[in-house]
Amino acid sequence: MKPIVVSLVSGALFGAGLAFSGMADPARVQGFLDLFGNWDPTLAFVMGGALIPMAIAWIIKGRLHAPLAAPVFDLPTSTKLDRPLALGSLLFGLGWGISGLCPGPALADLGVVPLAVMPFVVAMFVGMALHRFLPQLTQQKGASQ
Amino acid sequence: MPVEGFIGGLLIGLAAAIMLLGLGRIAGVSGLAARATGIADTGAPRGIAVAFVIGLPLGAFLIATLAGGVTTKFPVSIWPLIIGGLLVGFGTRLGSGCTSGHGVCGMSRLSPRSLVATALFMASGFVTVALLRLGAFL
Repeated sequence: MKPIVVSLVSGALFGAGLAFSGMADPARVQGFLDLFGNWDPTLAFVMGGALIPMAIAWIIKGRLHAPLAAPVFDLPTSTKLDRPLALGSLLFGLGWGISGLCPGPALADLGVVPLAVMPFVVAMFVGMALHRFLPQLTQQKGASQ
Repeated sequence: MPVEGFIGGLLIGLAAAIMLLGLGRIAGVSGLAARATGIADTGAPRGIAVAFVIGLPLGAFLIATLAGGVTTKFPVSIWPLIIGGLLVGFGTRLGSGCTSGHGVCGMSRLSPRSLVATALFMASGFVTVALLRLGAFL
């Protein structure tokens, strides 16, 4: 099968799972993060459910020489526990708690409530672009001084 | 509800398994989204990233159509969405992943980086909502 079709199917199944699980709803996600309020455990069940097929997939992967529809495996290899990993994850958690949204549900919501989620999606891409281009801008500024 | 959550989770895990075994890649939404828009110039081939990012809303739309709607409740003010979006975008790039890449794909292979990342963004999310609740209470 063509790689693009495999990717489209994976994305659609992912979006379907998010919508079916209730995690496309920012209020439900905030309900999970609200330990001291009316705690909603659903996200833990979603995470548990998602880890099962993936744990099996990693075992199968160990027996494959190559993926089924691509020439080679291209997977993260770093094991370094560094400052960007920690700081980035803390900032992400802050934004996740404030909005109740992370990248998957936000993009999935474009298919359900596009207008409501649009401000988040635009801001998210601006945030990604800031991460990419901010170091260059500050470096250029520093070099010209 | 826990049952829908578990079944939805299985679908998400299956989606990530297809990405891993089919294309040899991590189904990390933040990375694929950055690649699809061209914000990241390394990572998955552009077409694969674009197809995945188009698939996400398509799948949610199908479920909403079949189930007669998907309930969503968004913050009333636009500011939590804008500030939250900026932090999520910047943070997931700096931290090399989000709930899908670190939480689902990385944790299931017991990646030390993903275990630490997931613990930190969960803890940060819990503290943030607790503080918001405190702020609303005061």
